Amino acid sequence: MLSIKNLHTSIDGKEILRGINLEIKEGEVHAIMGPNGSGKSTLAAVLAGRSEHEVTEGEVIYNGKNLLDLEAEDRAREGVFLAFQYPIEIPGVSNVNFLKTAINEIRAYKGLEPMKAKDFLMMLKEKQNLVELDVKLANRSVNEGFSGGEKKRNEIFQMAMLDPKLSILDETDSGLDIDALRIVANGVNKLKSKEKATIIITHYQRLLDYIIPDFVHILHKGKIVKSGAKELALELEEKGYDFIKEEVEA
Amino acid sequence: METAIKTSTIKDKLISEFETSKLFLFGDTELRDKAMESFYEQGIPNRKHEEYKYTRVDLMLKEEFNFSTNKNSKDELIEPLKFLKDAYVVIIENGIFIEGLSNLQNLPEGLTICSLVDAVTSNSPVFEKHYAQYADVKSDPFIALNTAMTKDGVFIHVAKNAIIEKPIHIIHVSTAFENTIIHPRNLIVVDENAQAKIIESYETVDSTAKIFSNALTEIVVDKHAIVDHYKIQDENELGYLMNTTQIIQQKQSVFSTHTFTLSGSLVRNNLTLVLDDEHIESHLNGLYLTTENQVVDNHTVVDHRKPNCNSNELYKGIIDGKSTATFNGKIFVRKDAQKTNAFQSNKNILLSEAGTINTKPQLEIYADDVKCSHGSTTGKLDADRIFYLRARGLSTESAKKLLMHAFASEVVNTIKIEALREYIEEKISNTF
Repeated sequence: MLSIKNLHTSIDGKEILRGINLEIKEGEVHAIMGPNGSGKSTLAAVLAGRSEHEVTEGEVIYNGKNLLDLEAEDRAREGVFLAFQYPIEIPGVSNVNFLKTAINEIRAYKGLEPMKAKDFLMMLKEKQNLVELDVKLANRSVNEGFSGGEKKRNEIFQMAMLDPKLSILDETDSGLDIDALRIVANGVNKLKSKEKATIIITHYQRLLDYIIPDFVHILHKGKIVKSGAKELALELEEKGYDFIKEEVEA
Repeated sequence: METAIKTSTIKDKLISEFETSKLFLFGDTELRDKAMESFYEQGIPNRKHEEYKYTRVDLMLKEEFNFSTNKNSKDELIEPLKFLKDAYVVIIENGIFIEGLSNLQNLPEGLTICSLVDAVTSNSPVFEKHYAQYADVKSDPFIALNTAMTKDGVFIHVAKNAIIEKPIHIIHVSTAFENTIIHPRNLIVVDENAQAKIIESYETVDSTAKIFSNALTEIVVDKHAIVDHYKIQDENELGYLMNTTQIIQQKQSVFSTHTFTLSGSLVRNNLTLVLDDEHIESHLNGLYLTTENQVVDNHTVVDHRKPNCNSNELYKGIIDGKSTATFNGKIFVRKDAQKTNAFQSNKNILLSEAGTINTKPQLEIYADDVKCSHGSTTGKLDADRIFYLRARGLSTESAKKLLMHAFASEVVNTIKIEALREYIEEKISNTF
């Protein structure tokens, strides 16, 4: 589904990603872990299409298409979803109106008619239950006045509504208490399927107790320095990131 | 070298037009003479006038203008301007009240609507008491000019305790085939404990020339009265609108005004609220959407004269093209006006490099126990927000549209008349 080859990027002339290689297949969950500044969020931003990041080398193939050639909105329409680390507040735009617009633009891209109001409302209710999102929040302006946990839950709610093929969760666990973490993880697990893939970017291992990854990759200074099964995350948690630094730099 | 022969200026022309026509105009000639004298002293403001430095009316008035108020348009062109289906409608074409086109059948008890000319002819005591008592000819040359030269307009009186449920829609329509200056004038008096909703819209139809409309409305809001007031400014690209609105509020009254400037070549609003007693509530909302070479200038004055009053002002603008928008909001809190709450906010989005926004809050506070604040922001559409929306599948264009709508909605949502809110929302959608 996703094939990242030798990806190098820079921002304002500063090199961040220094040759990422990653293969993701349908049905897989990949966790990407790493210390602050290792390039985790940059990878997420580049995949989602943030234009400040310049790709200096390498390629990303997504379902046979050159992902880097697509505009951010076309990536979303092709099924790539980024759950933001810091969801943006948009005063005056209601969650519901925003999602309706998004869904219908995605449908138009695929040559489909706009969704019927009734069907949309039914889906809205169903997905709200999935992430246990308060109905009131769904009708409010996008993320405005939401608590940190509510914002993260709203990201997963949007993910549920848009039904992406490739979901990238950028530190979705940060700032979540254990109850909220369980709800979010539960939502993500229910949305998983054989046709879909998930990338979980996280600093801590805890989320991975709830969303079990097939692979764990450790990012350090813009490169994947170690990959393994889910046990790698536990080892990392136990020994700390310094062990990676020592291992790599030794 | 200076040329010896100078063509007559617009000022000279206005004065000579006044001399030849004044005997045919309604009402008190003495009042008109004094007003003209005041105009003569003040003249057409130019760039040296602090209050007009961003709005060069003198340049607009450099061309030839005449003073005809003849009816030009066909009736069927006027009909579509009546966008509120359930309203009392007043048509004022080129500054003249046209009874035949207005919809004023079955007015409810307590509501009087007639032309200024008829109000004078019938010796209406309410009219005589209030006419030209509030907009001070010495304070502004266009008030002076309107007071001297107005030919007609509408007089609306809502009697004590009357509640007028349906909105009253005053449609000012400009129609001209030659450059024209007109001076429409309205007087609205809402008596004690009465309530009314008033909409003034400014439109152009069937017009091929420049029209400089120097329109003036005085509104009296008596004690315990509640008045909801709207201005929809939507003239064409040849329209120049100089729009003065002077409001006086009495004890415990509530007045809300909303100014939507959607088009027009030049629009200058001089909006003045005088809070002349205690426990008054005032709301001033404004939205301006400017593009191309438009000039839109909102000057507002909120004059807190007595204690325990609240005023709240919110003006927002979206500026595109080479247009210029100006906001100047003055708040006076007089020495007696303790326990005043006065808030003001002006927010702008600048869409283009060539657009200009001038924003100037001016607070003059002479009382010591008050809560006042003002804030002003100007920015671009937020790039992070656009990206967030795009990351969910919205095109850049629809992301921008959604954000502009959201920005405008804070003002649009203050419209209490649903049909009007829908009309404005549609207008805004067509603009973006």
